[in-house]
Amino acid sequence: MRYQLIGLNHKSAPLEVRERLAIPESRLPDTCRQLTAYPGIEEGMVISTCNRVEIVTHTVNGHADLRGFLHDHFELDASTLDSHLYEFREKDAVRHIFRVASSLDSMVVGEAQILGQVKEAYATARAVGAVRGQLDQLFSRAFAVAKRVRSETAVGSSSVSIASVAVELAKKIFGNLHGKNVFIVGAGKMSELAARHLMAHGCGSIFVANRTYERAIGLAQKFDGQAIKFEDLYATCDRADIVITSTGAPHAIFRREHGEQFLSRRKNRPMFFIDIAVPRDVSPEMAKLDGIFAYDIDDLQQAVTSHVADRRKEAERAEAIIAGEVEKFEARQSTLDVVPTIVSLQDHLETIRQAEIDRVRGRMGQLTPEQEIAVEALTRGIINKVMHTPITTLKSAARESEATTVVDVVKRLFNLQVKPKDLPAEPDSKKDEVGTRH
Amino acid sequence: MSLLWLRFALGCYFVGLVYAFVALTRTSETFGRIALHAASMGMVFHFVSLTEIFLSGQIVWASVHNSESLLAFLSMAFFMVIYAIYQTTSPGVVVFPVVFFLTFVAAFGEQPVLLTQFVSNKGWLIAHIILIFTGYAALVLSFGASLLYLIQEGRLKAKKPTSLIGFLPALEVIDQIGYRSLLLGFPFMTLGLLTGSVVAVTTYGKVDFLDPKILLSVLMWVVYMVMVFTRWNSGWRGRRAAFLATFAFAAALAAWAANYFSAIHRFGA
Repeated sequence: MRYQLIGLNHKSAPLEVRERLAIPESRLPDTCRQLTAYPGIEEGMVISTCNRVEIVTHTVNGHADLRGFLHDHFELDASTLDSHLYEFREKDAVRHIFRVASSLDSMVVGEAQILGQVKEAYATARAVGAVRGQLDQLFSRAFAVAKRVRSETAVGSSSVSIASVAVELAKKIFGNLHGKNVFIVGAGKMSELAARHLMAHGCGSIFVANRTYERAIGLAQKFDGQAIKFEDLYATCDRADIVITSTGAPHAIFRREHGEQFLSRRKNRPMFFIDIAVPRDVSPEMAKLDGIFAYDIDDLQQAVTSHVADRRKEAERAEAIIAGEVEKFEARQSTLDVVPTIVSLQDHLETIRQAEIDRVRGRMGQLTPEQEIAVEALTRGIINKVMHTPITTLKSAARESEATTVVDVVKRLFNLQVKPKDLPAEPDSKKDEVGTRH
Repeated sequence: MSLLWLRFALGCYFVGLVYAFVALTRTSETFGRIALHAASMGMVFHFVSLTEIFLSGQIVWASVHNSESLLAFLSMAFFMVIYAIYQTTSPGVVVFPVVFFLTFVAAFGEQPVLLTQFVSNKGWLIAHIILIFTGYAALVLSFGASLLYLIQEGRLKAKKPTSLIGFLPALEVIDQIGYRSLLLGFPFMTLGLLTGSVVAVTTYGKVDFLDPKILLSVLMWVVYMVMVFTRWNSGWRGRRAAFLATFAFAAALAAWAANYFSAIHRFGA
């Protein structure tokens, strides 16, 4: 558990600073290589998105100079950078990575993009060999945790923009949007955005009507749709399932009688009106009709606000999941730390046992197969009994983070040679290499 | 033995019943899955129970508890078909309690038997029972769908944003479920009534058309037809459709209850 992390995000640093630290995708592999070549760093990985830059490492002794790496790499001095940086070690680093992957640290909590970005960063670093055993374990777990958070909480399930809320509502009414027609009444930026979202979710043809016919044609061309003369609005509107209306009319342009007309022509198939005009285009009387679903800008905004609140509530549940996962991860890692010692202790005693059996075999003469088995069982039994307490103690010590002390005592008592895992052969020679480059 | 299997099935359906109540207040995909598995297992037990009755060779299909059991099974089968098509367990909110109730009565209730000893043509009788119950099952489902439609429509109209994440499928999907069950059920119901008439005529020769069972059955069939017609002709949905569906459901219940006082189609001791 010698994880160490340094970084900055949208909360800690303004855009100007984040811009200067952003690493283009093409340079990521190189940066990872330089990172692992830096003194004290065994494994390293870089996550760089528009909202954050994170340097995640597994270090030799838990005290690598990551700030130094950043200063060197970006050629920035401490004064511009340091106040925006956060640093986490061990458990805190694990928690931070879990939170980032689960999108709890994102600007829009619960957005789905970040997990993909972390996965890409991981793949890049892995491809150049900068991620091996330790970071591999950390990130595999982080992805599993992110998946768990996503499936067990609703943190990413609700939309948080007007356009996506409109799409969500349309789906609540029509289910699949494939082949549903959209009518834009009054060409405007916002209705165009909403239409774009709807089309992206599979809506079929698009109609555009505008007081100025030319603008209708312009917008219709953008969507490969059909421009309708404003006079023909009421005659054609029932062809659409979803109507996005945002005219500047001082009074409602869709009144109850229009709604009744549309519904009877559509055999009562429902219609969804997204009314983003102020004052409203759809009269409240028409909105009351069975089969007409009209949402005005306030309704949509309210949905957005309440979704943001929902996400915040769900984020609390997600934090609890992550806290539990961090504990589990730590416990597993510490156990892994003592495993080499346990293995070498077992090997050591097994060697002694074999040697002793071989030594006395000559004196015992020819043994029957039953006697062979009995001798095996006897010696093994003694070894296992003797080993039981030390192994249990090692395992429980691992969980209580006094592993190093106990491991040292055991090593010294039994004179064990534990092979270190994945340590760079000569960290000092690397130091020189890096030193000359910068 | 068949009762024992039925009680096992009942246990499984109980999970569905609990789901139905939970699903009304909160969303839980996991619970939906559990309920689905429990329901499938219940159907297996239920099927074993029905097969045993069938193999026993006694013509007790027409006994109340067996027919209720059959109706419950068919309703569940309909539910599963819908699940296979639409991947939604939400009709369970209505279907599970109905199935549970029917199975419960079948597994523990008194067991009067229909007066079928005079029936000469057993084949027609069995056809009549299966057809009419498939029709009933479709009716239960379409009734359930129209209630769900009302709930979902109400939610969308009330613009309660938080409840929009709810467990119900899209309005149009609910509508399709209801309409398709209705369309599918109608021929079964019609043929069921026709075979029933054949059985009645061959058994009694002359049939009293003022018998409550016949009157109510015809009423139910007419309401059913009106539902199909208004839907097909002018796309009646929502409140109006729900009103009709409730009426048809009530007529079906009344036709069922008529078994207790009809002269030609009644339960005996």
